[in-house]
Amino acid sequence: MDTPTATDLDAPLDPALAAPHSPLAPQLPVDPARQRRVASALLEALPAHCVLWREEQTRPYECDGLSMYRQLPMVVVLPETEAHVIAVLRICRDLSVPVVARGAGTGLSGGAMPHADGVLLGMSKFNRILALDPLARTATVQPGVRNLAISEAAAPHALYYAPDPSSQIACTIGGNIAENSGGVHCLKYGLTVHNVLRARIVTIDGEVLELGGLAPDAPGLDLLALYVGSEGMLGILTEATVRLVPKPALARVIMASFASVEAAGDAVSAIISAGIIPAGLEMIDRKGVAMVEPFAKAGYDLEAAAILLCESDGTPEEVAEEVARMQAVFERAGATRLAVSRNEAERLRFWAGRKNAFPAAGRVSPDYYCMDGTIPRKRLGEVLNAIAAMEERYQLRCANVFHAGDGNLHPLILFDANDPDELARADAFGVEILELCVQVGGTVTGEHGVGIEKINQMCSQFSRDELDMFTSVKMAFDPQRLLNPEKLIPTLHRCAEYGRMRVRGGQLPFADLPRF
Amino acid sequence: MQPSDLAPSGMTDALLARVREQILAAATDGIALAPTGGSTKAFYGNVVRRGAAPVQTLELGQLQGIRSYEPSELVLVARAGTPLVELEDALAQKGQMLGFEPPHFGSGATIGGCVAAGLAGPRRMAAGAVRDFVLGAECFDGRARLLRFGGQVMKNVAGYDVARLMAGSLGTLGVITEVSLKVVPAPAALATLALPMAQADALLAFDRWAALPLPISAAAWVDGLAWVRLAGARAALDAALTHLGRGQKPETPELAEVFWNSLREQTHPFFTPIFAPIQPASAAASPLQPAGPERLNLWRLALPARVAPLALPGATDTLIEWGGAQRWIHSNAPASQIRAAVSAAGGHATRFRCFNGADEPVFSPLPAPLLAIERRLQGALDPAGIFNPGRLHPST
Repeated sequence: MDTPTATDLDAPLDPALAAPHSPLAPQLPVDPARQRRVASALLEALPAHCVLWREEQTRPYECDGLSMYRQLPMVVVLPETEAHVIAVLRICRDLSVPVVARGAGTGLSGGAMPHADGVLLGMSKFNRILALDPLARTATVQPGVRNLAISEAAAPHALYYAPDPSSQIACTIGGNIAENSGGVHCLKYGLTVHNVLRARIVTIDGEVLELGGLAPDAPGLDLLALYVGSEGMLGILTEATVRLVPKPALARVIMASFASVEAAGDAVSAIISAGIIPAGLEMIDRKGVAMVEPFAKAGYDLEAAAILLCESDGTPEEVAEEVARMQAVFERAGATRLAVSRNEAERLRFWAGRKNAFPAAGRVSPDYYCMDGTIPRKRLGEVLNAIAAMEERYQLRCANVFHAGDGNLHPLILFDANDPDELARADAFGVEILELCVQVGGTVTGEHGVGIEKINQMCSQFSRDELDMFTSVKMAFDPQRLLNPEKLIPTLHRCAEYGRMRVRGGQLPFADLPRF
Repeated sequence: MQPSDLAPSGMTDALLARVREQILAAATDGIALAPTGGSTKAFYGNVVRRGAAPVQTLELGQLQGIRSYEPSELVLVARAGTPLVELEDALAQKGQMLGFEPPHFGSGATIGGCVAAGLAGPRRMAAGAVRDFVLGAECFDGRARLLRFGGQVMKNVAGYDVARLMAGSLGTLGVITEVSLKVVPAPAALATLALPMAQADALLAFDRWAALPLPISAAAWVDGLAWVRLAGARAALDAALTHLGRGQKPETPELAEVFWNSLREQTHPFFTPIFAPIQPASAAASPLQPAGPERLNLWRLALPARVAPLALPGATDTLIEWGGAQRWIHSNAPASQIRAAVSAAGGHATRFRCFNGADEPVFSPLPAPLLAIERRLQGALDPAGIFNPGRLHPST
């Protein structure tokens, strides 16, 4: 019962599967004969309005939130029932057609980038909240329900769904589960994996599986933990039950200014060392402040090298006690200015700048590229300074607005995609940041996922044996490797190519030169 | 973290080399291996069996040492054989703890065994399960390849979360050699209330309280008392005590600690051996003399919220933990009868400690498609099927 590994299977299944992806690579053509064959098979099982294949219909699906990577899908299917999903997956399995699932398309790693030879499975019609039980503190929802819609539905019961990615107005719970999304408050309340109790999924064979459950510690292996963050590669979600938590009675946020990024980084460690787990602990550097303040008018300190936003929530008594402790820690850590939100309106204003970092970046630059590495907190100052040095070398601006409490960086590289040289430099700049994160003991992705974007850097973070094990795990669910193929796990060939571009120690040769 | 805490790397390398050799030999000869730390949870799970071949112990208890621990990172990395007590002492010195409050079930308990068993203590419903705190794992697969998954940072979505999958896998996926765990600050203050309450009223109250922003870290019911532990800032505790206690004074810290520890370690009188014929309920609180040859099995029931008291075949008393989500009974009724009653309420039942009927499966059986995937996963990590075969899913 020997299981084949990725190495055994490294020979590409077909030319499309081996195609290199880079932001500058041309899109692969769709094969019209195959498209007709697959679309007509799908039309036999689904209503006509659920199957799209004309270019004007499929074009809107060519990319997700990482618009540097685009590919027109062969067919788009918008199922309306679980029976539709089962039918689509069985047809695709029988015809060996790749399937890429998509929620709201807000992902930032190209995880929902379509396959030229495949079906793009849009789950947007699965948009109903099926049940909300305030006493059991659970909500059972379809995958296309928006993250924020769950909290809105729970609000009358003074409950909410804790993970709050920045895109929560638009992103869906299905996408959140695929990526194991985080957010500003996950330092205290956990990631998606900590807040999902149950997932109902359909495998490529059309089997329905219940993972986890409403009772704790479901028997068998913890496949729910494995499924969360598996980027649409193990099965298609049709229903999930999430945990709701009581809304804290009160929240207040401290805005603390620092004269250097190192001092701000040290203050982050000091807070944690003092035994405090803030509800949120975010850093915005000088460039980030200069970028968002004119746009959001949050009242940020334009003089500071970096500001921290540190939130306390709980009962009024708890918050008063904790805010006093936080202020004392920041003062000892050399804060140059401290302000505490006096009311809810001011608290929301302080957060408005942080939450509007992306639109603000869009105002000051034609394009921006958001990175997502995580590092040990103690290396924050050092890594931020290294990124500043890279700005010089790549001649591109980079603002840092990120989850400091988790050590989860979000460097925003500002560039103009219409200038091929800038696009190439932005790409290389991003690669160098991710390599640095791995070098200091961190990871290439904290919450956005690997997708297609960080697939090369997986070669740096994992050994070939480990990458092969990921393939074996995938094949336990999806033996033909049809669900979101070519994402997350780099082939042997890709790693060899990538290795050739790098010298030992993670330094890129001729870092100032564009490369593809 | 003192350098002296580290085992010399030469010694570790030699130990790892020995483990590797044993795995390779077992895979070649088709011998079942039972990875073992302190043998404190050997009772848990199905009997390990691989045909008629003998089962070999794979000793990991010597693979010790805290590899890194920096309180400001909230991350601790330790070799699998590191004693749980050593690790908890190191954390306590820095005012931190393991959030899931794991049971030891004996002085030799190791962190590797703790992760493999996936058992959590009274804090489970407030803080999370073992898997919620696993950040990374290093393990040998069935080909004796040393693999690392996850890492030492809080947020990491690179690759599938194989490290979390190790929690509760009962050593059936690989041989854990090192784990990295998220740790948490110990609460500033604790207070425990013991409120006289009928079981049904306690279950309703637990659900109602859990929906309020109260700092409840544990909730249990036994012998007509609802026990509630509050943890957090002093001011928050005082407010919550007023809300919940309605004037009743909290238990002394000493008594409270003894009580919660007796649930975590199952030393509470409820867990005293009970023998058929079944004793009157009131006698359960005192140590019993064997009244017959048959000791009753201890069952662990896992249930969703909002499940009223259950009448279960062959059982008289119940001890409730986790606000109603975990319940314990003693019963020698057939597994199928107990499971039918529990699954009708949306839960599952584990024969936690077995004294009778060892041929029935310990865990609630899985639907066939799910079992097929789990077997394929085990096959991916352990192609020769040598790691604790049958312990999680009975061999067919």
